[in-house]
Order: sequence, then C-alpha cells, then structure tokens
Amino acid sequence: MAKITYIEHDGTEHTIDVANGLSVMEGAIKNSIPGIDADCGGACACATCHVYVDPEWVEKTGTKEDMEQTMLDFAVDVEETSRLSCQIEVSDELDGLVVRLPQSQH
Amino acid sequence: MAEKIVIIGAGQAGGQAAQSLRSGGFEGSITLIGDEPHAPYQRPPLSKKYLMGEMDVDRIELKPKSFYAGADIDLRLKTRAEQIDRAGHTVSLSTGEIVEYDKLILATGSCVRELPIPGADLPQVFYLRTVDDVDGIRGVLKDGSRMAIIGGGYIGLEVAAVALKLGARVTVVEMADRVMNRVVAPEVSAFFEKLHSDAGVDLRVNAGVTKILDQAGNVAGVECGDGTTIPADIVVIGVGILPCDELAKSAGLDVDDGIVVDEFAQTSDPDILAAGDCTSLPSELVGRRIRLESVQNAIDQAKAVANTLLGNKKSYNEVPWFWSDQYDIKLQIAGLSFGHDQTVVRGNPDEKSFAVFYLKEGAIIAVDAINAVPEFMIGKRLVGAAAKIDPSTLADMSVSMKEMMQK
Repeated sequence: MAKITYIEHDGTEHTIDVANGLSVMEGAIKNSIPGIDADCGGACACATCHVYVDPEWVEKTGTKEDMEQTMLDFAVDVEETSRLSCQIEVSDELDGLVVRLPQSQH
Repeated sequence: MAEKIVIIGAGQAGGQAAQSLRSGGFEGSITLIGDEPHAPYQRPPLSKKYLMGEMDVDRIELKPKSFYAGADIDLRLKTRAEQIDRAGHTVSLSTGEIVEYDKLILATGSCVRELPIPGADLPQVFYLRTVDDVDGIRGVLKDGSRMAIIGGGYIGLEVAAVALKLGARVTVVEMADRVMNRVVAPEVSAFFEKLHSDAGVDLRVNAGVTKILDQAGNVAGVECGDGTTIPADIVVIGVGILPCDELAKSAGLDVDDGIVVDEFAQTSDPDILAAGDCTSLPSELVGRRIRLESVQNAIDQAKAVANTLLGNKKSYNEVPWFWSDQYDIKLQIAGLSFGHDQTVVRGNPDEKSFAVFYLKEGAIIAVDAINAVPEFMIGKRLVGAAAKIDPSTLADMSVSMKEMMQK
C-alpha cells in the first residue's frame, strides 16, 4: 500500500491509498481523480494518463521502457519528469509519491 | 434540465455516461441498467490480460462498486430493459418494474454474430464478449488443450496468442483470404500471419468451418467446407459483432445498422440519446454514417451524450483509433481506411516495426502502425488534419514523423 498525492493542474490535491500491484493510473481512475483519462485502460496505447512525477520520486518510479518513452515523445506538454502513469506499478516503496497532472488532460 | 436520467446498458459507454453526468454536475437521479452480473468493466482486456489470468474482475472494473452508491447512481445489474414507452417516458424492466425517465440513454453495445452451424451449442464452444464468456474459456483451457478458433480477426488472433502462452495447441480458421481483412492492409495481414505461424499457430485462411464435431456431447473438433477436420477440445468463435439495436427498433426509433444518432449523440427522439457500439453515427472523416466497434468511441461518444444533456453541446467527431496486443507486438490504428485509393508502407515488416498509411486523393485518412508509435501518434494528427504528404516523403525513413508534421 502506498499513499499517493495527485495534484490537479489547478493545484487541488488528492491523497489516497493505492494497493500494491495496481498502477498509479488505476489508483487515480478508481478514486475518480479528475485529469487522468486512461482511455485504453492501461495498455500503453493512448498517452492519456500522462503525469509529472515529483523530482524527488523520479528514481524510485523506475525507468521508462521504449514504448512508453516513444508514446511520451508525442504527447502534449512533456517535461523531463513526464511518465505514463499506467506504467508505474505501486509498491510500498512508493509510499508518499507525488504526481502532478498536466493541463492538457483537464 | 432533466431530473431523471435512465441509462440502458452498463458497459463502457453506459458507465462513462453516468460518470460524466455526475462529474459534469448533474444532480438529478441516474439509473444505470445492465443485464450482466458485473458492474461496468473494460472489455479490451478480456481477450488479453484477463484471459491470461493477469487481471481479475475487480481490476478491470471501470470504478469500484462503492463508487456508484457514493455518486448516487442507482446501478441495477442482472436486469434487462424489455420495452421503451416513448409516449409515457418509461422503460419496463425484466424485474417487472417500470422506471420513468426525462432523458433516456441507450448504451446497449453490440452482440456477437452467431455462427448457426451444427455443434455450436456444445458446452466447450465459446464466444468472447463478456467476463462470463472468458471465465467459461478459462474453466476448460488447460496446458495441452487443443483449441480451434473460428475467425481470424482481433478477437481470434488475440485469443490465439494468449492460449498459446497458456500451453494450448491452437488452430485459427479464417474464411477470407487473409487475417483481419476488414481492418488492416494486406501487408499488415501478412505480417501477423507470419507472426502467428512462427509462434506455432496452425493458421488456415480461405477455410470455413461448417460443423463442430460432437463426441458424446463434447467438442471433438471442427470440420471445414472442404471436408478437412481439425481435432479440438475447445472452440472459440470470433466472427464479428452486430449492434444491439432491437430495443430501439421496437420503440420505433430510426435504426439503420445501428441506432441512428447525430453528431450530438441524439436519436430521432429528442429525449433519447445513444452512445457506443450500438450507434450509427455521422462521420465527417468518411463522409457517411458509420458504426465504430471500439472503446475509444464508447468513451468519447458517452462524453458527448453527457455534454449534450448538460447543455454544452459539442459536435462529436474524434479521429477513431483502435489497438490490439498480440505477443510482443502492438498494432495501433488511427482513422478509417474506407475509400482509400493508395497505400504507402513506411519501414520494414522484417524489422517488426512498420506502418501502412492510407491515402484518398492524396490526403492521409488512416494508418496501421505495428510497433510504430511515432507513426501512430503523429499519424492520428495527420488524419485529423486530412494532411497531404507526398507518398515518397511519407515512405522515407530519413524524414522523421515529427518532421512530417511540418510538411
């Protein structure tokens, strides 16, 4: 279980408990956090679950696989710490994780 | 504004419409009626990770069950809508109840096309549309099972890939001369045929199954039109889907291969809207009515329904997109290839990464991308813009897709 804070583009914060094994995207969807669409349901096929990982957490969230990196290359408003949240698996290690949501998914 | 909204169909479109109405500020009552025993769930994983056993039902649900009570959505499962009384603004349910509506949303989805051949009712014969269908397949599929799949479309091929990984011996029988012939270019069909054959699937095209063989009440194999028999313990049929538009038809709504809606998801009755697989919608891209069997359409059209009901009418005309996962290959399609007069191959199928662009009078109308994310992502935008790019430039790998945007 990890406590994850999702910050909407307007600054609204949502802190929720997400079970291990789920993705950061699923945590948002199941708790109705606005700003993550995830149309494809986590298949790394649509790039609508884009988040900015807080710089302090970049290392712990692991590395991007090629498919994710390429999807991100073509997403909107991409930054250094951008990730597709369907590709970040939740574990105890991620307790306290903070991610920000881009305006484009608002 | 409406006070009572009733949604018939608790699939992706119905679930999305309910959510979007609430998140958009609708404060009246929402009744969401579904005939399955499960709360709205995602269908794409059914033939992929759910069949594989990597995800359970809770995981693929759109929202946890607690969401519906929390959002004051009256979710009625295992309940069929039997009849719509348009004059009285009511729907009669299989439970005997009659519910009133101010606005009604039809999200009845699609039903499998059935194959009326001898043996189709044997216990080891399955279609694949619902969680319960897949649970049925998983209940009989064992290491070493022999599976015959009728239909080499998305469903058949995705099931083949998973069943093979689970240890089954798999035969795919396709009536047409190539797999996925309705949705991809011949080059892409050829690529997937090789992929499956190399993986160990016995793939037979130009072959139609005429009979499922019965041995003491169990599946023993399938028989093809030319008399060939293929031994099997399990048969999976994936020969397409049809819009579930019977309820709309019997209510006298305009139906023409799907429930006829406009760009605001409005049916021929101003108090009834519709979304998802069940609709026949106008496509600006194609220039005629189309039906879309996709999760993208279910979600986006359901959002259009909510927008219309919330008074923010926005014309719905998204570029359709589709995807399929087979083994380590991701097929992504943007746009619709109907009416193309030219195709351009970019990349090399032998490198397991390439794309086929479809052009009509020089404009890009669709792309099939195989492990080719840039081609898909940029291709989708090019389709939306009806961009005209010289075919030789489009095929030139020394010009990146990003540069293609400037052309």
